[in-house]
Amino acid sequence: MPALPVGAVLPVRLAPDRLLSTPGEAVDPRDPQVVQLAADLLATQDAAPGCVGLAAQQVGLAWRVLSVDVSDHPKARTQHGAFVLCNAVLVEATRRERGREGCLSVPDLTGDVKRARRAVVRGLLPVTGEPVVIETDAFEAVALQHEIDHTDGALFLDRVAGAHALHARQTYR
Amino acid sequence: MSLLAVTVLGHDRPGIVADTTAALARLGGNLEDSTMTLLRGHFAMLLLVQTAASVTDVERALQGLAADGALAVDVREVPDAGAPTTASTGAPYVLSVHGADRPGIVGGLTGVVAAAGGNVTDLSTRLTGDLYVLLAEVALPSGCDVVALEQRLRAAAEELGVDVWLRALDTDEL
Repeated sequence: MPALPVGAVLPVRLAPDRLLSTPGEAVDPRDPQVVQLAADLLATQDAAPGCVGLAAQQVGLAWRVLSVDVSDHPKARTQHGAFVLCNAVLVEATRRERGREGCLSVPDLTGDVKRARRAVVRGLLPVTGEPVVIETDAFEAVALQHEIDHTDGALFLDRVAGAHALHARQTYR
Repeated sequence: MSLLAVTVLGHDRPGIVADTTAALARLGGNLEDSTMTLLRGHFAMLLLVQTAASVTDVERALQGLAADGALAVDVREVPDAGAPTTASTGAPYVLSVHGADRPGIVGGLTGVVAAAGGNVTDLSTRLTGDLYVLLAEVALPSGCDVVALEQRLRAAAEELGVDVWLRALDTDEL
């Protein structure tokens, strides 16, 4: 990842904020505003305990920019550290498995969603605009698909496996 | 405003959900959580409705549904428990049971869960031919000895002649 400016921790939008349903516009990864957003996404993600990814829509911009960091997560196998992708697209997705997922923007619900456990994602790095292809698996693959969905204006709620696959989030005593 | 639980049970046909919810909307009722399924062809729905209308008003509005005797409608006020998260605390697990049908499977195994302080948060059972299947989500309190609970579940399952599995249900926070 190219060096980024200091990022600000931004408030996270919650559903039913319509911005979360707005497909993102493609961005110029060299645009200073996009570079700042990249830094802000990583800073905001760092500040939220357990958060492994964010998308521009969650901090108030309908742009195709996402961040992921599954470093040291127990479910991660392949991992690429903390990174930001612009205009990311899923180009290969295999080994679909059902898992239960939650989202910072939908704090009271979880849902059973099928996601590929092997994925190839293409995108551009902020600052340099270098095209990259990320081949990954397991938790990082799931996180990337969840964030790409956000940049498409979709929430996990749009992919829940059935009428009885949506759940109240359980809290731990 | 009060929170009313509306239960509709009976012979299935297309349009029951639409008819019920349209009648509630005409009363200004706002649907909160709801669930509906078919149990061996029987329609079963439970809706929580926030409304200024009285139980009697709602019963009257839904009279048409029950008119031909194919559906039974029940309306009653329930306490407002607040946000969904307040109802379910604990570590989530899935209990799955399957085996030859006989009386006492659900009671026997959920009794073991209850004795450990576990709370059933979702339950579904199916009987097909002689095969009985139970799937339950249970919230186990912190400090629950899960290994000991699994042993007690296996012992109970052995007596009932069924197989039982208890597995942690974790959520990917994304």
